[in-house]
Amino acid sequence: MLTLTCPCCGVAAEETELAPGGEAHLKRFGPGASDEDFETYMFARKNPKGVHFERWRHAYGCGKWFLAARCTATLEVFGTYPAQTTEPPADLIARIKTRRPDWEGCK
Amino acid sequence: MRRYSVFAVAREALRFHQGWARAWANPEPKKRYDVVIVGAGGHGLATAYYLGKNYGIRNVAIVEKGWLGGGNTGRNTTIIRSNYLQDPSAAIYEKARSLYEGLSQDLNYNVMFSPRGLLMLGQTEHEVRGYKRTVWANNLQGIETEWIDTARVQKLVPIMNTLGPRYPVLGALYQARGGTARHDAVAWGYARACSDMGMDILQNCEVTGVRSAAGQVQGIDTSRGPIDCGKLAIVVAGHSSVLAEMAGFRLPIESMALQALVSEPIKPCMDVVVMANTVHGYMSQSDKGEMVIGGGTDGFNNYTQRGSWQHVEETVRALIETFPMLSRLKMMRQWGGIVDMTGDRSPILSTTPLGNCFVNCGWGTGGFKAIPGSGWAMAELVAKGTPGPLAAEFGLNRFKEGRFIDESVAAGVAH
Ligand SMILES: Cc1cc2nc3c(=O)[nH]c(=O)nc-3n(C[C@H](O)[C@H](O)[C@H](O)COP(=O)(O)OP(=O)(O)OC[C@H]3O[C@@H](n4cnc5c(N)ncnc54)[C@H](O)[C@@H]3O)c2cc1C
Ligand SMILES: [Zn+2]
Repeated sequence: MLTLTCPCCGVAAEETELAPGGEAHLKRFGPGASDEDFETYMFARKNPKGVHFERWRHAYGCGKWFLAARCTATLEVFGTYPAQTTEPPADLIARIKTRRPDWEGCK
Repeated sequence: MRRYSVFAVAREALRFHQGWARAWANPEPKKRYDVVIVGAGGHGLATAYYLGKNYGIRNVAIVEKGWLGGGNTGRNTTIIRSNYLQDPSAAIYEKARSLYEGLSQDLNYNVMFSPRGLLMLGQTEHEVRGYKRTVWANNLQGIETEWIDTARVQKLVPIMNTLGPRYPVLGALYQARGGTARHDAVAWGYARACSDMGMDILQNCEVTGVRSAAGQVQGIDTSRGPIDCGKLAIVVAGHSSVLAEMAGFRLPIESMALQALVSEPIKPCMDVVVMANTVHGYMSQSDKGEMVIGGGTDGFNNYTQRGSWQHVEETVRALIETFPMLSRLKMMRQWGGIVDMTGDRSPILSTTPLGNCFVNCGWGTGGFKAIPGSGWAMAELVAKGTPGPLAAEFGLNRFKEGRFIDESVAAGVAH
């Protein structure tokens, strides 16, 4: 079973405690944005086979949103981090690069 | 190709079955094809078949990274129905269902289409209202469905407990012409017919890149070398985003695991398909006697063809309330497939930002039933370069224009 450590309360939460929230770090486009930007924000997804940054909610725990880096091809978890950021922390990026030397980085 | 028939069976019976030819060839890739189709699942193979049959385009390769039919086509629970709410969905699924009726004859291959009837249980007042609305919509669409009461449900499915404490059965949306077919046979039948038309099915051939010049597709790179093509059709279900990335665009798709399981074989006890969408479970009995069971998708992005254990547990737990006899059955096998989920839970048959490159994807949890209709519509799109009436509403531009074909509100599960 997938286990993610919630950075808000520190609990190693099992999948049944968590609610998935899709791709992280989407750039939000609202009123006044072009149709293309709005469409991309709403629907286009990276959906990579490999390193994925994503949103989770500790739904049956502290209730807080947080972010995780995970490999969709192996289910390996690289780490979790607080949601109050626009990009993954540098130490997490470094850890992913040691585990996945071919990884092209955040695109 | 030697036709399969009762005479062929008799002839081969007399000579120890030595005379059966291989169903399809295993050729080396050519340098160039008029059309290359990526993905030898049901949808890719059906696209190729109708390209040849309806448009005379036969210089075609179907490129497959594993073995043909080894993706979702060989992993699904084979439910076939066309009782959708929205008109564009009803049209393409009904086209598919009606093609299934004659498919064994058309392909000279027994796909074991079994229109045994299909029930979608109404287990909440909400659901009852929703399904009654679907019945009215279906009547307008010319698709035969009806709302039946609990007594008739019980008569059709004696093993069902209609008085469940949490989710009593209040009636059902019934499509008498819905049913199942043999999933592998659909892939194999199309493959044999394509091979017979001179098309190349290239297995163990993974596409690793898409080559283009001046915004037009030129060819693909594969694990068996480069192949040039006039047109490219990407029909790879769960891997659609990966191929789109190679071709330089992004899709409104997320890949997730969907699981199914089968019980030990038992004597015939249920001769219709039952779907219980409120509790996210559905079930039919295979010809071998196994109860074939499926549920909802796991919620997160996943390419591993393995799902989470608790989703299996949820599905079984829910079904046991409606089918108490299941609790005494041993489950034999459980597996997963990677399904391609779109925002409105409807498929995409579309031109793409890359010239002469087309996509057919987004069938998600419910595309087996669509295979013949999807292939029919996709062949038209690829042959003419613009979609015909069946595919027109399923273009990628619907996401920009807000013209969703919202089936996700019509049924919790999409099978
Ligand atoms: C558990 C489960 C139950 C389901 N139940 C039902 C049901 O009851 N009824 C129903 O209608 N539908 C059901 N579905 C959905 C249905 O199975 C799919 O919608 C349908 O089979 C998709 O067919 P396809 O041809 O598009 O994809 P697939 O059969 O997955 O074929 C795609 C092919 O593309 C190949 N490919 C991928 N990447 C590459 C590459 N780089 N190079 C070359 N080839 C590549 C893959 O190997 C694969 O063979 C279910 C699915 C699952 C997983
Ligand atoms: Zn927490």
